[in-house]
Amino acid sequence: MAFSLHGVHVPHRKNTANSSAVYVDPPKTVTIPMSMHIGAPAKPCVKVGDLVKVGTLIAEAGGTVSVPMHASVSGKVVKIADYLTSAGSTVPAIVIESDGEMTPDEALTPPVVDSKDSLIQAIKNAGVVGLGGAGFPTHVKLNVDPARIEQLVINCAECEPYVTSDTYTMLTRTEDMKTALEAFKTYMGIKHIVIGIESNKKAAIKSMMQLMKDTCQGCKVDVKVLPAKYPQGGEKVLIYHTTGKVVPTGKLPIDVGCVVLNCTTLAAIGSYLATGMPLVKKCVTVDGGAVKNPQNVIVPVGMSMADVFEACGGLTSEPSKVIYGGPMMGVTVPDTSAPIMKNTNAILALTAKETKLPATTPCIRCGSCTNTCPFGLAPAEIAKAYDRKDAVKLEELSLATCMECGCCSFICPANRPLVQTNKLAKVFVREEKAKEEGKK
Amino acid sequence: MSKQLTLSVSPHIHSGRSTWRIMLDVIIALLPATVAGCVIFGLRALAVIALTVASAVGFEALFNLITKKKQTIGDLSAIVTGLLLALNLPANIPLWQCVVGALFAIIVVKCLFGGLGCNIVNPAITARVFMLVAFGSMTKAALPTIVDTVAGATPLAPEAATSLGDLFLGLHGGAIGETCAVALLIGFIYLLVRRVISWHLPVVFIGTVFAVSFFLEGMNAVAALSAILSGGLLIGAIFMATDYVTSPATAWGKVLFGVGAGVITVLIRYYGVYPEGVSFAILLMNIVTPFIDSWTKHKVFGKGGKKA
Repeated sequence: MAFSLHGVHVPHRKNTANSSAVYVDPPKTVTIPMSMHIGAPAKPCVKVGDLVKVGTLIAEAGGTVSVPMHASVSGKVVKIADYLTSAGSTVPAIVIESDGEMTPDEALTPPVVDSKDSLIQAIKNAGVVGLGGAGFPTHVKLNVDPARIEQLVINCAECEPYVTSDTYTMLTRTEDMKTALEAFKTYMGIKHIVIGIESNKKAAIKSMMQLMKDTCQGCKVDVKVLPAKYPQGGEKVLIYHTTGKVVPTGKLPIDVGCVVLNCTTLAAIGSYLATGMPLVKKCVTVDGGAVKNPQNVIVPVGMSMADVFEACGGLTSEPSKVIYGGPMMGVTVPDTSAPIMKNTNAILALTAKETKLPATTPCIRCGSCTNTCPFGLAPAEIAKAYDRKDAVKLEELSLATCMECGCCSFICPANRPLVQTNKLAKVFVREEKAKEEGKK
Repeated sequence: MSKQLTLSVSPHIHSGRSTWRIMLDVIIALLPATVAGCVIFGLRALAVIALTVASAVGFEALFNLITKKKQTIGDLSAIVTGLLLALNLPANIPLWQCVVGALFAIIVVKCLFGGLGCNIVNPAITARVFMLVAFGSMTKAALPTIVDTVAGATPLAPEAATSLGDLFLGLHGGAIGETCAVALLIGFIYLLVRRVISWHLPVVFIGTVFAVSFFLEGMNAVAALSAILSGGLLIGAIFMATDYVTSPATAWGKVLFGVGAGVITVLIRYYGVYPEGVSFAILLMNIVTPFIDSWTKHKVFGKGGKKA
């Protein structure tokens, strides 16, 4: 690989990197939305009043691209209410009142896996989605002809500031990761495993080196230590930096022979294969200037942010923004009743000072946006084309290539809303195309 | 929670860079040359600088007031334009001409085109060229007041013969801020360290002038060195050509700009009627910058080319 892609140096703020994760007391209730993933919402299969235990199936996959949901606490289903997702759609959410016991469902047993199909089915039954943040159902991603997979890339980059929950996985859940990798080797015929990790995680690198040493039987392994430069964990960026392969715009990693799994996703699969316990709890980084005791905690999926903050000593000041995930790509919430999702790796309560953005001033054509864009796009030009509502020019500028990493907005000295405009422009182009289709 | 949480699209943090800070860095980088100019050319130089800067800021404030636009002098760009223009003027210029120059730079070149970021040519350079054409005083370079000198013209005029040492220290005739190479290079290093500019444009510009002069002077390295230390090349290449608004965005674009400006500079110096060609060269390259920009775009990842 001759060049590395551009990006920005974000402040790391990995305050919780050395904290071991703490199990918190179960909350009084959990709210489990039927959509915590990309694809069709799950269909509830319990009624109000049903008794459930940890791991009990409460909703079935609502389609091919969908996953089942499981109870994350033991107790009683008290409500099936409407829930407004951050994407703007309304889905049912199952509210479970906890009995405080956290009794696991005794019917759960490790799945019988003896083929690729049974492995994929097991991953589906585990309810696993992409835990790096995207939330794409993992079984769908893996349901490809194994002969097409040249490399299995494990995403250990964790390039967002604050977030350290993947670091926790790498340091403590190597057994689960190993179980999953062995299954992939046996039933998917994986011949080459590549780990991509940022250089600022020394202990985790050591741990991953050991894991690869233990897993190398009959398989090529690589641990690629990459510069701690955002967005190192962007899927296409990581593939390029670990394998040298370029995923063309509009194509998937599998089109160049790669499958990328986040390390925590891998651990969740391994955990299910070993114990039969589906994805019902998450290690979440709780941080931000408004949090009293920033730390990693292990919480049941569906626990409200407010309860999690409370478990971390509460908030010391009024946060300005509360977000799911890191500050570069995270999603703000209107209030802290929002639950922990399967793909929540961090919740941040940021003070006004931490999220202070400078005033927006005219573009001075400094070129920083295009010179930091990992994909070589020209965000300032895209913004101008969007202002003109020029759909043809927008396509010419390869708008669709944008992964919305936010480097352009982060670096812009005029604080122009560049990545934000890209998102709007994508919607605009989609609408224009739909209009064109309508005319035909 | 009593207070409402802010909802916004990511990213939620910012690098902290700002236009204001960039302009401040340029001003800081120009300070050595400003001080050197005042030392070399005396109090008259200080008067020219103060008046030009004040006029530039005043005109921008006035324009915004009259056209009922948001006041923009706080971004410091008017100070940069005023200071750059002043450093490009001889110390003995009639003071009223400084005011006219500032008026031209700010009102005609910058504000009428839409203000900061919208001008197609560099205001200070364009005003300098305007003054060169309009006022005879521009060609009669002031002489250093701190040393006895007999030579009356800029080192680029045929009769001039200045030692390399004097050229380096700026002890020769010329515009206030253009003569002291040491001070300009200190500013260059500051801008590089602060990452305000990249090395590409200045180095290629100056390198091209060196190479072409070296060739035209019959492979004479001393003459070529003298060529890059004379006239307005250093201040032009380091501070004026690198103006974000009017120079290409990508590294290859900057290289092209540098080569073009370097060649034009030497051609004017050797074959033109004016002794100096840096301003004209930069102005011409400003005009072709949109074309350079469209030729030198980064290749988009996953679209044919491998990467930027």
